Amino acid sequence: MEPFTRLKGLVAPLNRTNVNTDEITPARFLKTISRTGFAQALFANWRYLGDDQTPNPDFVLNQPRYQGATILLAGDNFGCGSSREHAPWAIREYGFRCVIAPSFADIFYNNCFNNGILPVTLPEPTVLELFKEVEATEGYTLEVDLEAQTVTTPDGRVFQFPIDAFRKQAMLQGLDNIGWTLSHLDEIRAFEERRQQEAPWVFSLK
Amino acid sequence: MPKSMFEKIWEAHVVRDVPGESTILYIDRHLVHEATSPQAFAGLKAAGRKVRRPDATIAVLDHNVPTLQVRGRRVLELVDQASALCITTMEQHAREFGITLFDMNDERQGIVHIIGPEQGLTLPGMTIVCGDSHTSTHGAVGALAFGIGTSEIEHVLATQCLLQKKPRSMNIRIEGSLGPGITAKDIALYMIGRLGTGVGTGHVVEFSGSAVRSLSMEGRMTLCNMAIEAGARAGMVAPDETTFAYLKGRPFAPKGALFEKAVEAWKQLPSDPGAHFDTVHEISIDGLAPQVTWGTNPGMVVDVTGRVPDPADESDPQKRRAYERALEYMGLEPGQKITDIRVDTVFIGSCTNSRLEDLRLAAQMVKGRHVAPGVRALVVPGSMQVRRMAEEEGLADIFREAGFEWRASGCSMCIAMNGDRLSEGERCASTSNRNFEGRQGKGGRTHLVSPPMAAAAAIAGHFVDIRDF
Repeated sequence: MEPFTRLKGLVAPLNRTNVNTDEITPARFLKTISRTGFAQALFANWRYLGDDQTPNPDFVLNQPRYQGATILLAGDNFGCGSSREHAPWAIREYGFRCVIAPSFADIFYNNCFNNGILPVTLPEPTVLELFKEVEATEGYTLEVDLEAQTVTTPDGRVFQFPIDAFRKQAMLQGLDNIGWTLSHLDEIRAFEERRQQEAPWVFSLK
Repeated sequence: MPKSMFEKIWEAHVVRDVPGESTILYIDRHLVHEATSPQAFAGLKAAGRKVRRPDATIAVLDHNVPTLQVRGRRVLELVDQASALCITTMEQHAREFGITLFDMNDERQGIVHIIGPEQGLTLPGMTIVCGDSHTSTHGAVGALAFGIGTSEIEHVLATQCLLQKKPRSMNIRIEGSLGPGITAKDIALYMIGRLGTGVGTGHVVEFSGSAVRSLSMEGRMTLCNMAIEAGARAGMVAPDETTFAYLKGRPFAPKGALFEKAVEAWKQLPSDPGAHFDTVHEISIDGLAPQVTWGTNPGMVVDVTGRVPDPADESDPQKRRAYERALEYMGLEPGQKITDIRVDTVFIGSCTNSRLEDLRLAAQMVKGRHVAPGVRALVVPGSMQVRRMAEEEGLADIFREAGFEWRASGCSMCIAMNGDRLSEGERCASTSNRNFEGRQGKGGRTHLVSPPMAAAAAIAGHFVDIRDF
């Protein structure tokens, strides 16, 4: 996993609620066996005029002032819908390392951690305030510090965000989750033996 | 201390739970399909890892498969090259790692969430995962079932476990009885409209109450399927005699004495009286009308007797903007009567509503009538078994004679990956689960309804109240 420690970056606002993963990465871009090549797919139905190529000048991410943004500011329930990890792949490949929103859908939230994207949850009034500031100030940046669990504004206001302790450490270190679980193989084997006694029908597939 | 069903299943699957660490949770059943798994198998190979329990993993082709056939068989030439590559890659991975695969010409093939319960692969008390958000469907048998991402698929393949933070628990009690023609789909849509698309975030939801008890297994699956549209990763219903009767004799379900032993264990699963839930909601469905979505998320829903809402009536500015955008996308006017909305296409299918019971209810609306001129109508059964059973009891003939296309099973127009899709601006009455922008094809306009409501819209050419149809 790609580690995340600290990030100071340009913020792009996507002021919509319930942005779903079909909107983040439409299904026609899922027809691939690759884990890369999704930068083009990000928000494709909004970003382009009809042909998946010509930029739609009305879409916020296409505005010159947001080019090079690494932090996405989003509305409530971001990433709802399908479990497709192609959504965080596209977000990461486009250049975002952090998404800030009042809330995230569960599967998307989990998927972010597995792809070096830090999902930051801040209270809705704070996010709405940040939207105003981003839109009012060209070149608006935020500083995100995972160790301290803080988001700092250009004028020095500091917002704390919650995060699960284990996930935080995993992300700071770029932990190989699978390797970590496999380091507990003895416990998995012991569990399997016990479960096979208790619920043999679960194991009777073959 | 009384426990909820969720707590019982969770605790029975904890491999390691140490403060400051994520819980290692054991996964009993892993379902895999071709759309989200190729990168997981590739990652596994790149790391030199094996599938820990090929026997606990079942693969099926569903998202990209053609629903048309050539001389009774499905061939890759019926889909584009990208879809064909996803299909052949899944076949190759299944062979390489020794995983049972229901390929597109297997008589057991179908949508992963239809075939799990249908084949008895999905059993009470299990933990079940799949790289697909509608895995919540399997909770209908009294299991803890949830969707995962591709990295997590790789994790399960390699370890048969997942790293999890224990979710909170929610109880949604649904009381009352359904009127004629009103279905679990209407309950689900009404519930999401009332409680919101994010109500279940961070929770596992147990559905209970008199309305849920009286639902068939198929209805419970529809309800749990839509739990994710309320933000809950998992929905569940306590197993009861309806569940046991449904599972008995299924191909992969335990047999004989082992089945009886399993039933005894499954009877211990329901939540104890007084069990704690972090959040509780109660909904009454007495007098519930058929539901129709008008917007671009499942919470944007009204009674069929209602009208498209006016964004100007919304005081919350974010909600108002969302309503305005939805109406623009959907090509609807505020105040428009739902029954005045004409449809171009009708899709009866998807993991939400493509089981035999759904097709029976739809066929009742269709029998002896004909699809309205200019309307394209498709029935895509959820599995080849559903298709065969529907053919045997004459439902296929009813649909065909009425002008419906009768297809082979797959995800089809719910996700529009296999070529079955809406074109720009096309309006569809759909029994699927997501009316998101572009879900059924770029620019397509989706109205979510129950199977009988979709069938009646095909006949009338616009939405109708099936209670007077």
